[in-house]
Amino acid sequence: MKPQERKAVLLWKLFKATFLLSAFTFGGGFVIVSLMKKKFVEELGWLEEEEMLDITAIAQSSPGPIPINASVILGYRMCGLAGSLVAILGTALPPMVIISVISLFYAQFRSNPIISLALQVMRAGVAAVIFDVVINLAKNVIKTRRVLYIVLMAAAFVARAILGVEATVLILVCLAVGLMDVFAQTRAKDNKNAEVQV
Amino acid sequence: MSMLMQLFLSFIQVGLFSVGGGYAAIPLIQNQVVDVHGLMTLAEFTDLITIAEMTPGPISINSATFVGMRLGGVPGVLLCTLGCILPSFFICLTLAFFYYKYRSVQGVQTVLSALRPAVVALIASAGLSILLLALFPNGLAQGVEGIHLVEGALFVGALFLLRRFKLSAIATIFGSGVVGTVAYLLLGLV
Repeated sequence: MKPQERKAVLLWKLFKATFLLSAFTFGGGFVIVSLMKKKFVEELGWLEEEEMLDITAIAQSSPGPIPINASVILGYRMCGLAGSLVAILGTALPPMVIISVISLFYAQFRSNPIISLALQVMRAGVAAVIFDVVINLAKNVIKTRRVLYIVLMAAAFVARAILGVEATVLILVCLAVGLMDVFAQTRAKDNKNAEVQV
Repeated sequence: MSMLMQLFLSFIQVGLFSVGGGYAAIPLIQNQVVDVHGLMTLAEFTDLITIAEMTPGPISINSATFVGMRLGGVPGVLLCTLGCILPSFFICLTLAFFYYKYRSVQGVQTVLSALRPAVVALIASAGLSILLLALFPNGLAQGVEGIHLVEGALFVGALFLLRRFKLSAIATIFGSGVVGTVAYLLLGLV
């Protein structure tokens, strides 16, 4: 296959994947991010797990819709600028089409019992997908065997789920912890070097 | 200034200032569309949020599309969504460039490693709130009595299929919609 053809195939796959994810994603930004993790890391093997978590942190901390932010970065990673544009299109098209149609007769849509039932029961499936992804992710954090990371994960969960702390605040706090960690590690290394010299 | 141009500029502001996802965007959209420009009444806006939450896709894109369609037809949809996406596009493209340039640097890796556990926790917390919404659609006020058993069974079954047979995400969500709806109809719970 010529490089150009390969690129076209990759872009088409990227479009298809983002389009389908967006069409079936109910709820906030973290829902689509866990679907993206499952699709791009586990099913397609395009990204590493850590990369997907980094992308999530960036997407969450930047202004704008999280799924669009994640698509921009993910598309850039797969295929540069063209990839970014294709991933945005894939993510934005389904809601645009669905809502455009619904907005024309939204009174009927809202009061249809079968539609609201289907949308309600689908949440159980969405929750299962997120839990599946979280089990894998949490296992890997525990596997690092670093107490700092395990405590950060547990504390962040309590802070978000029980105390209702803003997600962006949590990311900033962990960013500060990470910077202190870099500082501590650099100092430990310097001290070691100094001892060797003595 | 034409109304379409005004909508476009409004949604650029929504895209630029909504940090932290969909629910952060709702008050901004309300401010632009209802309070500042008076393009919708508050009741219409509430309908819009209900629909945006019921349907797939990011809430801000859903709202941009809905507002655009109601006020300016298809050109309105395109302009509002474009406005909502443009700031994301430029900001995240820049961040992606720097991330892939510097992510292998040791210090950057150490900082990112401290962020990852928090992201896992945030995803877990989002999962928990969706699960509660699935099991207790009428809120937690009724206690354990108000639990929906069909959704509970669907959740357990879906999680089992995901863990044991690595079922795909879309098959799981679509399947739970079909199985759940049929179960409700057969049990005569509707």
